[in-house]
Amino acid sequence: MVQRPGSVGVVRPQTLHFAQPLRLTSGASIADYTLMYETYGELNAARSNAVLVCHALNASHHVAGLHAENATSAGWWDNMVGPGKPVDTNRFFVVGVNNLGSCFGSTGPMSPDPATGKPYGARFPVVTVEDWVDAQARLADALGIEQWAAVMGGSLGGMQALSWTLRYPRRLRHCVAVASTPKLSAQNIAFNEVARTAIRSDPDFYGGDYYAHGVVPRRGLSVARMIGHITYLSSEDMAEKFGRMLRAQDYAFGYEVEFEVESYLRYQGDKFSEYFDANTYLLITRALDYFDPAKDHNGDLTAALAAARARFLIVSFTTDWRFPPVRSREIVEALVAHDRDVTYAEIDAPHGHDAFLLDDVRYHRLVAAYFDLIHGETRVSPHESPLPRESGAGAGVGAQT
Amino acid sequence: MTTMTLRSDLQQIADWIAPKSAVLDLGCGDGALLAHLRDVKGCRCYGVEIDDDNVLAATRLRVNVLQADLESGLRMFDDDRFDTVVLSQTLQAMHRSEDILRDMARVARQGVVSFPNFGHWRNALSLVAGRMPVAPDIPYQWYDTPNIHLCTLKDFEILAAQCGLRVTDRSLLARGEPVHWLPSLRATLALYRFETR
Repeated sequence: MVQRPGSVGVVRPQTLHFAQPLRLTSGASIADYTLMYETYGELNAARSNAVLVCHALNASHHVAGLHAENATSAGWWDNMVGPGKPVDTNRFFVVGVNNLGSCFGSTGPMSPDPATGKPYGARFPVVTVEDWVDAQARLADALGIEQWAAVMGGSLGGMQALSWTLRYPRRLRHCVAVASTPKLSAQNIAFNEVARTAIRSDPDFYGGDYYAHGVVPRRGLSVARMIGHITYLSSEDMAEKFGRMLRAQDYAFGYEVEFEVESYLRYQGDKFSEYFDANTYLLITRALDYFDPAKDHNGDLTAALAAARARFLIVSFTTDWRFPPVRSREIVEALVAHDRDVTYAEIDAPHGHDAFLLDDVRYHRLVAAYFDLIHGETRVSPHESPLPRESGAGAGVGAQT
Repeated sequence: MTTMTLRSDLQQIADWIAPKSAVLDLGCGDGALLAHLRDVKGCRCYGVEIDDDNVLAATRLRVNVLQADLESGLRMFDDDRFDTVVLSQTLQAMHRSEDILRDMARVARQGVVSFPNFGHWRNALSLVAGRMPVAPDIPYQWYDTPNIHLCTLKDFEILAAQCGLRVTDRSLLARGEPVHWLPSLRATLALYRFETR
């Protein structure tokens, strides 16, 4: 039966408070913290159909559907997750979680530091992909999910999915990593550093404690976003979207916005600076820089991936120059060396790194086919004796919404 | 489990592959051979394929398919990674036919290659009549064919020897059936099994 793909509809974010300290990679720890998350679909009786979706730099727990108070803002992967969509919520129980240190409701630099009562600001500890995965594992415990059917993500989200296979090899059956990389290149780190420098040199940054001054380093954040955006698009895509188009008839011989591409970047930057937290931008770009599972294995990725037990779907896009196909192939090669099950697709799409968020029939039908296989493994139908939707409270963890 | 019967040339290839061995299929198409080897012989399999539709079809068969262009070589695979490497009806369409044979020898101890026999009598007759052959196994016009390196049985055997490959078995088919009498003229498809060292 073919079902017309739909939306999961209006969704309500939930929060879970974790009272146990979380020890971080840096050696520091967070005394207690809150994670914001959303779920779609029903967890089956065998608890075997749960899928964790990990977000990238600027996204959140809001993966799919709409929020009642903002009916225009669909989740960031709404074309991927929903009834009849590649990750079909009629079959899977999908969890989206806002990572620690982000700015969409989970504990982060904007949250009050229990030691002072003031926002953490610059004192919020640097967290890593591995720390996020540890926090996600605690959320899985609280939701009663012993083993994910799949952990999936694009870009930085794919790094988290990869990290799951190494830190908790038995707690997921499939790893789906799209447009990702086993580590940043010098060029990737360089772009991050330019973005961070833009933020930190904004006079309104105040060393990260701008909250106390009632300001936001909007200009720096805007420039950071503009830089990021350039790396998300392919050169071909930019040429096609903007070319050398001018907003007016001819040159104005000045320095205000004249080219359409300038206008687009400024708009993206300004919009972003209104809702994103500058400290979070620093923190997440640093987490990107630090991710390198091969680091503890003398740079040998094959040795690093020895622990992985999951089956993998790795997808890259030909025009993605931020995390190009060759980076995904490194992961594939290491998995083949370990005789792991892996499907690798290299999608010939024009949209650069952003392609992982966009509609592309070859990409989506492949992910759909892969999730069909995963569904075939989950023996109990999600419609047989479903658990109550909010089964969140685990031992020692209090649910609050 | 796969329930479909294999095409006869793929069945011949499957018969040459040891149970529970590690197999790499270059240009694996829809993954039918690898799914069969996995389900019937318990082999550990990977396939390389460039075409989107084939990658999707192989994924649906739960085959480990890696989307890549064989022309860029087999760098993804370590030396001696596989027991058998298969190149089925792909050699004739490759630019670097010799390189791929040498690379196959690097990654596996045993190889299997199949290709359309250009030495078939009908092809020769066509050339005598002044036209490039078009036949069921090579159904393209000369100006739009992907088959740029067609060869005869003897041509292949000479190249195999040059590459240090030791042919151990040969199966020659016409319409899926074995050909024993005048095979170099009557076979449409040639299958070779060889040791690589």
